[in-house]
Amino acid sequence: MLWIPSAHAQSFMPPAATDIAENVDSLYGFLLITSLISFVILMGGLAYFVNKYRRRTANDKTAYITHDHTLEFIWSFIPFVIFMICFAWGAKVYLDMRHMPEDAMEVHVIGKKWDWEFIYKNGRKITSDVDDAGKKIPANMVVPINKPVRLIMTSTKVNPEDKRDRAVLHSFFVPAFRVKQDIVPGRYTQMSFTPTKKGKFYIFCTEYCGTGHSSMLGTIEVVDELAFNNWVIGDDSGGPKELSLAEKGKEIFKTRACIGCHSLDGSKMTGPTWKGLYGSNREFNEGPALVADDNYLRESILNSNAKVVKGYAPNQMPSYQGQLEDEEVTAVIEFIKTLK
Amino acid sequence: MAGAGKNYLNHEKGIMSWLTSRDHKRIGLLYFYSIAFFFLLGGILAMLIRTELFRSGLYFSPDLYNRFMTYHGVIMVFFVIVPGIPAILGNIIMPLHLGARDVAFPTVNLMSWYCYVGGALLAFLSIFMGGADTGWTFYTPYSINFSGANITAALAAFVAGFSSVLTGVNFVATVHKLRAPGMTMNRITLFTWSLYATAILQVLATPVIAITVLLLAMENIFGIGIFDPELGGDPVLFQHFFWFYSHPAVYIMILPAMGVISELITTFSRKTIFGYTAIAYSSLAIAGVSFLVWGHHMFTSSQSEVAAIIFSVLTMLVGVPTAIKLFNWLATLYKGSIQMQSPMLYALGFIFIFTIGGVTGIFLSTIATDIHFHDTYFVVAHFHYVMVGGTLMAIMGGAFYWFPKITGRMFSEPLARMSWVFIFIGFNVTFFPQFVLGAMGMPRRYADYLPAFESLNQISTLGSYTIGFGFIIALVAIIHGALHGNKAPDNPWGSKTLEWTIPSPPPHENFETIPTVTAGPYEYR
Repeated sequence: MLWIPSAHAQSFMPPAATDIAENVDSLYGFLLITSLISFVILMGGLAYFVNKYRRRTANDKTAYITHDHTLEFIWSFIPFVIFMICFAWGAKVYLDMRHMPEDAMEVHVIGKKWDWEFIYKNGRKITSDVDDAGKKIPANMVVPINKPVRLIMTSTKVNPEDKRDRAVLHSFFVPAFRVKQDIVPGRYTQMSFTPTKKGKFYIFCTEYCGTGHSSMLGTIEVVDELAFNNWVIGDDSGGPKELSLAEKGKEIFKTRACIGCHSLDGSKMTGPTWKGLYGSNREFNEGPALVADDNYLRESILNSNAKVVKGYAPNQMPSYQGQLEDEEVTAVIEFIKTLK
Repeated sequence: MAGAGKNYLNHEKGIMSWLTSRDHKRIGLLYFYSIAFFFLLGGILAMLIRTELFRSGLYFSPDLYNRFMTYHGVIMVFFVIVPGIPAILGNIIMPLHLGARDVAFPTVNLMSWYCYVGGALLAFLSIFMGGADTGWTFYTPYSINFSGANITAALAAFVAGFSSVLTGVNFVATVHKLRAPGMTMNRITLFTWSLYATAILQVLATPVIAITVLLLAMENIFGIGIFDPELGGDPVLFQHFFWFYSHPAVYIMILPAMGVISELITTFSRKTIFGYTAIAYSSLAIAGVSFLVWGHHMFTSSQSEVAAIIFSVLTMLVGVPTAIKLFNWLATLYKGSIQMQSPMLYALGFIFIFTIGGVTGIFLSTIATDIHFHDTYFVVAHFHYVMVGGTLMAIMGGAFYWFPKITGRMFSEPLARMSWVFIFIGFNVTFFPQFVLGAMGMPRRYADYLPAFESLNQISTLGSYTIGFGFIIALVAIIHGALHGNKAPDNPWGSKTLEWTIPSPPPHENFETIPTVTAGPYEYR
């Protein structure tokens, strides 16, 4: 199978900047060559027959052939086998792509009409900027090379006060990484990648979101680890240091009445403890058990009665829907994550 | 027959005799005029889109571009390609193929045209309400944003959907109840088989879009949370509902085209079709499987990995009956007597374009590559290759093939061939570069793009003008032929199906005496 590596010589694809991208390109090469062969067989046959059996006289006699079981079996079975190879290969690469590494660096992505925001664990927040000429500089996500990154993404409204406005769908697409994931308001979606090439790559929004859809650009800059560590601390311009997401979450825990019903040391109060909550197995009064992940915690904060943990009474906790902004919800979840 | 020179065109006179006609051929022509009008409109919008994309930067405002893009999609899908072949060619030809005097429910047939017109009026109304800008997919929550025009445009699709359901019910009943004596199910034409499979899809799938639009309206009017996350709804649920209809709708668009192609290939090869049973049943197989594959539009939507894998494998299964059809058409050419008349050129053009559309479909049903191609120009190119290159080539081929029967006159063959040259070449010049743009990562529905994508976009735009020119020539050929063409004989192509046994144009109730059928439809011996 020597032709596969040579086949993905960037056949119109952007440079591959992750290992997964290389795997996608091998599969793409296989698909290109298989389709080219099928196309040549079909069109070659067509051209040959059209030329050879062109009408000579007005009363040409033609063969009366109604079917041929062997031929029909062959041209059903061979495509079937090829399609199954494509499917299995595609599913395997897809599962690798969707595998979320445990040790990944987490970055929060917020899509809003029509811009990107990236928030790092230490509270560093990246937004787009405008240069001296008034031209937009897209938000730039900086990540270290060869380290897995996990993005936790959601979409928010531009103006929370506007009742008519809606947070809408977006999609996070990095062509050089061959990854894409829709961003859905009201929940977290996630994706991961491990960049293997340094450089700056485009992020496109690929789910139609209105007027500014085509200008909703971002960039990802892959740098080496040392440079990243220096960058992520932020500039030392003397201002007060940003709180990390978890620290902000702890503030909310104290000031927004969480502390009244949830313990941090494992003891049982009106509500379940937050200690060891993230990633634990939850059983409920109704419905199937599940592992506590970002989406579960978000739902429990905004609508606590949706799933009530076994042994606890319902209707004890007020809804925080509309009370906490998306970023604050994320901060509380980040705080819970630190309570191992 | 009621005297020489009497036919369905001059049987009754006056505009009211057309607007209240229950003759399937006249209703087919009513559909032709209205669909041709919308096709012209959708085509102009297409060229406006391509003009905006001629260079990096903006000629129009993004909001205007988004409305061009939305109405191009809504018009071309719901008002041109979905009704296209069944409502025009199906209405006129299918009863003739069965040896029937009309469809089973002539009044319902007329009603379906009025539903189509009602939907069209709603679509116009939505333009005057500010214009919808959601794309033809109406995805929530965006479509909830500025509800008026968006909901009205969605309602237009809802009302036009009834026209589709009524046509479907009518065709199923007609095929089952109105076949001439001796016309068993394995003697009906492949065109009829394809319409039958399509009719089943129309009846079963269209109500889902109707329900979805109703839910959308209820959410807007009564504030019931269904799709809106702020009311506790799920926006992805809308995508499931939408594609549960719209994926089968893709086959509503392509199956009748395949039926037309089968008729053209056998006639112009003067040879019996290869694998009649395989082609007939593969239509039904495609129709059946098409209900189980909607999730392949949603690989990146946040549906589960397991769901994505199941939808991928089921989608691959659609490829098999599709490949079978292509090989059968090829085998029909073998040892035939092939005549390259303009309908045949369109049929061969269909096979060329549809093959490209088909193989690129595999790139999209393979999950790992779809993640990259999804919502890029690769998808735009793919579905235009299937739906436009496929269905439109078949409509044009079918229109020229049945033109002598419908009008009683011959069209100018050189003009028809010239239209084919421009449409076929223009089509490939327009859409092939879009595969490359998609692979490079250019997303769809972009009013503006990075300068790196410019040169291929320019080629594509020039191609679209070429297609436009080709359709103008085709229109000239049709109008000129209808007014000044030579009188057509009963059977100009030497076909074997029943419509060619009666005069051109056919009399009011088609057959003076209902024929008795003793053999299959393609007995070229």
